[in-house]
Amino acid sequence: MPKPLEAVNDFVVKFSNVNGSGSASANALFAKSILRMGVPASSRNIFPSNIQGLPTWFEVRVSEKGHLGRRGGVDLMVAMNPETWDEDVAEIEPGGYLFYDATKPLPASKFRNDISIIGAPLTAICNREYADPRQRQLFKNILYLGALSALLDMDVAAIETLIGEQFRGKDALIRPNVKALHLGRDWALAHAECPIGLRLRRANAVGERIFITGNEAAALGCVYGGATVAGWYPITPSSSFAEAFAAYCRRYRRDPVSKQHRYAVIQAEDELAAIGIVIGAAWNGARAFTATSGPGVSLMQEFLGLAYFAEIPAVIFDIQRGSPSTGMPTRTQQADILSCAHASHGDTKHVLLFPQDPNEAFLFAADALDLADRLQTPVFVMMDLDIGMNEWLIPPLSWDPRRRYDRGKVLSFADLEKGVEFGRYLDVDGDGIPYRTYPGTHPTRGAYFTRGTTKDRYGRYTEEGSAYVDNVQRLLHKFETAKGRAPRPIRQKAKEPTRLGAIYFGSTAPAMTEALEALEERGIRLDTLRVRAFPFHDDVLDFIAAHDKVFVVEQNRDAQLRTLLIVEGEIDPKKLVPILHYDGTPITARFIENAIAERLSVVPLAPLRKALP
Amino acid sequence: MTYIAKPLFHHPQLPTNALGFTHRDYEGRVSTLCAGCGHDSISAAIIQACFELSLPPHKIAKLSGIGCSSKTPAYFLDASHGFNSVHGRMPSVLTGANLANRDLIYLGVSGDGDSASIGLGQFAHCLRRGVNMVYIVENNGVYGLTKGQFSATADKGSKSKRGAVNTDSPIDLVGLALELGASFVARSFSGDKAQLVPLIKAALLHKGAAFLDVISPCVAFNNHPGSTKSFDYVRAHNEAVNRLDFIAGREELTADYAPGTLEVVVQHDGSVLRLRKLAADYDPQDRLSALNYLRRQQAAGEIVTGLLFVDPDAGDLHDFLDTVETPLNALGEEELCPGPEILAQFNAAHR
Ligand SMILES: Cc1ncc(C[n+]2csc(CCOP(=O)(O)OP(=O)(O)O)c2C)c(N)n1
Ligand code: SF4
Ligand SMILES: [Mg+2]
Repeated sequence: MPKPLEAVNDFVVKFSNVNGSGSASANALFAKSILRMGVPASSRNIFPSNIQGLPTWFEVRVSEKGHLGRRGGVDLMVAMNPETWDEDVAEIEPGGYLFYDATKPLPASKFRNDISIIGAPLTAICNREYADPRQRQLFKNILYLGALSALLDMDVAAIETLIGEQFRGKDALIRPNVKALHLGRDWALAHAECPIGLRLRRANAVGERIFITGNEAAALGCVYGGATVAGWYPITPSSSFAEAFAAYCRRYRRDPVSKQHRYAVIQAEDELAAIGIVIGAAWNGARAFTATSGPGVSLMQEFLGLAYFAEIPAVIFDIQRGSPSTGMPTRTQQADILSCAHASHGDTKHVLLFPQDPNEAFLFAADALDLADRLQTPVFVMMDLDIGMNEWLIPPLSWDPRRRYDRGKVLSFADLEKGVEFGRYLDVDGDGIPYRTYPGTHPTRGAYFTRGTTKDRYGRYTEEGSAYVDNVQRLLHKFETAKGRAPRPIRQKAKEPTRLGAIYFGSTAPAMTEALEALEERGIRLDTLRVRAFPFHDDVLDFIAAHDKVFVVEQNRDAQLRTLLIVEGEIDPKKLVPILHYDGTPITARFIENAIAERLSVVPLAPLRKALP
Repeated sequence: MTYIAKPLFHHPQLPTNALGFTHRDYEGRVSTLCAGCGHDSISAAIIQACFELSLPPHKIAKLSGIGCSSKTPAYFLDASHGFNSVHGRMPSVLTGANLANRDLIYLGVSGDGDSASIGLGQFAHCLRRGVNMVYIVENNGVYGLTKGQFSATADKGSKSKRGAVNTDSPIDLVGLALELGASFVARSFSGDKAQLVPLIKAALLHKGAAFLDVISPCVAFNNHPGSTKSFDYVRAHNEAVNRLDFIAGREELTADYAPGTLEVVVQHDGSVLRLRKLAADYDPQDRLSALNYLRRQQAAGEIVTGLLFVDPDAGDLHDFLDTVETPLNALGEEELCPGPEILAQFNAAHR
């Protein structure tokens, strides 16, 4: 047997559970208690499209260094689902640990001899202690949490405090939970060697950071950014976005005196209506958004074309998943890049923003509302299930109190009264962006008729080819303007000069940072650029020009961002090397490291890695 | 296409309404529909209704889907903002617009293809929600703009111009509107301006979802013998349940009606609807019996017209959502942004 893994504050624990068994809150307690010990951690839910019965996993990455992407591999498996036993056991790193419910004996063939095995009679203890079947089920989860607290040398006080916070208001539940915690802990202290090689140690590495999902953060960004109308239709993984927006609005968006609502949220009959509501509201001067996923964006296509050509602001959050509905609706991907960049019919191009984590999702939500108004066009915020539904440890959200909403070019009553010339599609300032008016502004001036492209600069009906060309050329010019207004890419230099580069975006960021460090240790140096928006800023093309070979790391099969880069930048495809991860689980640092190393024909490291701190 | 040159000058003696506007101030661009198209008569009725009610044109937003009917907002109310959206989806755009600014009057114009075929879902859901609007379907039983295919309101057995017989059951939008909770439901005929104008006026003053189904013959594709949406057929089968004679804000009742023949309905804003009863026991405030009556007469081949249902005290979507009185599009950072202190608390709660 290999030497058991030894690591302090740097390992991966995976919980294998049955959906609907109440494990989620115990698992979340585990992750949060680590944070309360001052040790950075992130957690990822890998869950089925099902309410009860199917397998579900919860993976916790502990990293005092702050590497919070998925690392790859599992050091300790908490195997609570007999159905996935074999694959769960197989996933453990050599020298790793298996914790399981040993109430029912399992044949020796079910185990591996290169890992340490800790079997606790969880069901037996629960049956002894509790009569109610539901309690037996729920407390079993707290029991394994208690056992882990001893095995990993966790701070029990931190867990107890969290239990107290979780059940505040339902105080009767605190004591039984604390009791269950200690039942598990006491069993471990009495029957297992505590702690195991993987250990937690109080640190001071969390600081001011907060633990939150991207859907919640972005929904709050919409509240701060002044969105007043939301139209949506439930779809995983975006539903919690609209639900969070409604919840925050109930809290923060009431008239202090009348208590009436300064917002309107409509759960529409489908995604067509959801985007229609957004477009109608934005046409009429309210900030509006929808949150959806790939299949929803598909249904919105026609409206997106109208909004593009009629130049109506609209903000669409695409929480990407493995599509279609019977695809992998509860798994993550970055596979809607092309379908959003060119959504709809005709010559359309849309602005896309790529937040890397919930913190940026908060910022980009507010930025997208500004950008949509400024550019008078749909703006997509390209999130994914990993950012949207998993809790991330991120810098606290911040808001500059001096920030004002950029409502873009809107003529007021006073402007119209003064007699400024108004042509709805007239490029007055040379940036391709015309002025607009809200309905009802002035009794005799500024009214116009909104339609697709059969119009001239003054919004008058025409089917003239030359007027069409004039208009769509201006739209292209407007897209150029967008380059300078969207978030700029972020460039990072390797420690030493290199001709190799890597481009990445979105939720790949934390795994990428860790992979770069590991590659550096192997002598592979890469300059990097994180794309944050489409259209691509000139910096992106400069970066590609400055390197001989550029890896483009994405979570889709077809290298969609790479395709956009090739087309928009007229780049030789040979120069852009795709690194693609698309099995529906979040990309891992080890995957990126090995894929890049392999492309560079560097002899791969043996799969067995040291897990020493 | 109707070529009517519209002189731009105002005749000094043109009558003006309470706002000092003339009829001309409510008109739109020259219509490009076929000469004699029913839709043009509906546009004229809308112009007259708005003029007579002295509505400020810029406080009306006119929205439509796609079709000949949906083109018409360009032909009335030139001083209003208009939105020719996408096929069958006007209701959602109107709903969003209404949410953004509750202070405007929303006029949705659609066709039978637009509302009963491709847009049936949106039609249903915006009525369910009680969006405060006037929703007019200019119903000709065919797709005019794509040259005469049957729409979902075409009657079973109705014959197309080329002789094809429709074998599908029709969708009755009035029946649906009643079932879905519209708080004002009427049917009329583009060829009966005396009936149509007062109905549009009453609908414009109604608070809540007002739906008007206006049979509007397509002279190009559906005005032949064998069609149940031709001028001749509708004239022959039109059965009005009442006549809306008169609407006014809070005026005294003075006209002399035979006892039992007058129904007076006072709407939310105080406007008074005087309904001269034609069908003796028809009660326009009883949703269920309205539905029943409609079904019975329909089975007998009659086209029931008039004010079929009104709930004068209906609420609207803004009431249901309890939104603030100030239009949402007029709120700024002050009212909308919770500020850094709340954010600090929010951060603290996520540690
Ligand atoms: C998505 C989509 N499908 C098809 C069309 C083609 N189309 C234009 S108008 C129309 C039918 C309009 O019928 P109706 O609403 O009854 O209006 P009418 O012309 O009869 O007044 C159709 C099918 C379209 N514009 N959009
Ligand atoms: S085709 Fe029919 S509906 Fe269209 S304008 Fe001509 S008459 Fe009217
Ligand atoms: Mg039609």
